[in-house]
Amino acid sequence: MIKVDRVSVVFNAGTALENRVLSDLSIEIPSGQFVTVIGSNGAGKSTLLNVIAGELPVASGRVVISEQDVTPLPASERSALVARVFQDPRAGTCEVLTVEENLALAASRGGPRGLRLALNAGRRQRFRTALQRLGLGLEHRLGDQIGLLSGGQRQATSLLMASLEPMQILLLDEHVAALDPRTAGFVLDLTRRIIEEQKLTALMVTHSMRHALALGERTLMLHEGRIVLDITGEERRRMTVADLIARFRTQHGAELDSDSLLLS
Amino acid sequence: MSLVAFLGAIETGLIFGLVALGVFLSFRVLNFPDLTVDGSFAFGAAVTAVLIVKGWNPYAATGMAIAAGSCAGLITATLHLRLRVLNLLASILTMIALYSVNIRVMAGPTVPLLGQRTVLSSVEHLGVPNPWLAPLFFLAVSSVVWVIYAWFLHSETGLAMRATGANPVMARANGVRTERLVLAGLAISNGLAAFGGSLLAQLQGAADVTMGIGTIIVGLAAVIGGAALIPARSLVGLTLACVFGAIVYHVIVALALNATTLGLTASDVNIVTAALVCVALAFSGTATGARQGKKP
Repeated sequence: MIKVDRVSVVFNAGTALENRVLSDLSIEIPSGQFVTVIGSNGAGKSTLLNVIAGELPVASGRVVISEQDVTPLPASERSALVARVFQDPRAGTCEVLTVEENLALAASRGGPRGLRLALNAGRRQRFRTALQRLGLGLEHRLGDQIGLLSGGQRQATSLLMASLEPMQILLLDEHVAALDPRTAGFVLDLTRRIIEEQKLTALMVTHSMRHALALGERTLMLHEGRIVLDITGEERRRMTVADLIARFRTQHGAELDSDSLLLS
Repeated sequence: MSLVAFLGAIETGLIFGLVALGVFLSFRVLNFPDLTVDGSFAFGAAVTAVLIVKGWNPYAATGMAIAAGSCAGLITATLHLRLRVLNLLASILTMIALYSVNIRVMAGPTVPLLGQRTVLSSVEHLGVPNPWLAPLFFLAVSSVVWVIYAWFLHSETGLAMRATGANPVMARANGVRTERLVLAGLAISNGLAAFGGSLLAQLQGAADVTMGIGTIIVGLAAVIGGAALIPARSLVGLTLACVFGAIVYHVIVALALNATTLGLTASDVNIVTAALVCVALAFSGTATGARQGKKP
């Protein structure tokens, strides 16, 4: 369960450039719910994810994960609870490390790190089995630097890394936006599979109205740091992409027309 | 060049191999351009010399030197992490401060160690003939340090340190406490530099406040030159190349200074070094020298 309680985030506080990115935003997501998040550029989608992950400090408010108030904890100390996949495949994996070293790094998420060797036969076997499920043949490339993989392969690995160890919340920040449509479809399928199999609580930010409605069971729309739409159940099932765009327009007027990505 | 001069270059090279491993950790692994080593090298020499003169066991004195160098690294890391001082500037501040500290520690610019018990004199009874004793001893020391160092980089903590330098946001998302690893990395890096300073003081029979000047450039020359000479991709290869680069550097400098036709003197060593670093940079294809790993 995640509870974001009246959280505000202000960039450049007290200067002429002061920017209130999240204002008094509250939301509660029960365990096992898969939520999609949409909104125009600068609506605060990524900021919301960064606040939950602990990468950004809040100006006011609380973040509670599984009954635990994590507001003062930095990202590294929330990692046992939160796993994330980034938009840029280069951001979620470490280019100079090999495939197996990236996986080893993720396999220690939430646990202690000592002076034992990061890789051993047991771990390699575990990684090979996990990679096999991707069906990309990466189980034969454990020793390759991950920088040599394609964007789609890296993003699939990144997703696998996030789901390697147990967590309370999976955060997906437009994780297919940088991929070509076919690869994006593959990574989305994989996302759905992992979330269903492991019954994860997940928050997926997307630019695509279609993905927002097709995946998950609840959709949020953010605008200027506030939640302006929160649909679930029957209402959401009946919603079409055209309806959603109409809602978008009535919410914020014509300013969003130029955002062609919304229609994809 | 005589055998003695050649072996002398080898033993100095092996000592600077330790410095090169330290520089590799800060510049390449952590992506932290740390110039503190100029100060911590002399700091290690100063602490060792003073403690040996006070009657300490040379091994204990060397251990204290390593600890002192590590503290210098922690100060640089703290300046950067807590006070948000630019990393390069933080290291220069510590380096400058250490110059004064070293003179305080030695109560003067230099402390002679002639006739004192050193780590070298402790192995004299092994019966190795004289010109071979020091190089073999330092080869043993460097080998042990390298094995531990390479193990560390492949450990869970070492892996976390490599991720910290290459992609800190991703590292934190995977539970890596990046600030702690920067602290630890600079402590190890400067501990190694101080270890080198300590051994050089014991080899030369004196600690001098100026002996640290240019250490960082020699270390970089070893790291970059080594990588240019041995085109390794693996960490084992890259770190071995550091030590090898340090040895080659000192042999080349000794050759240049020994070649009477060139007319070079000891004071020309800095321009020889600068030229070597430039050549190594040109051949390694990376003009910054501050990124971990190789281009594909």
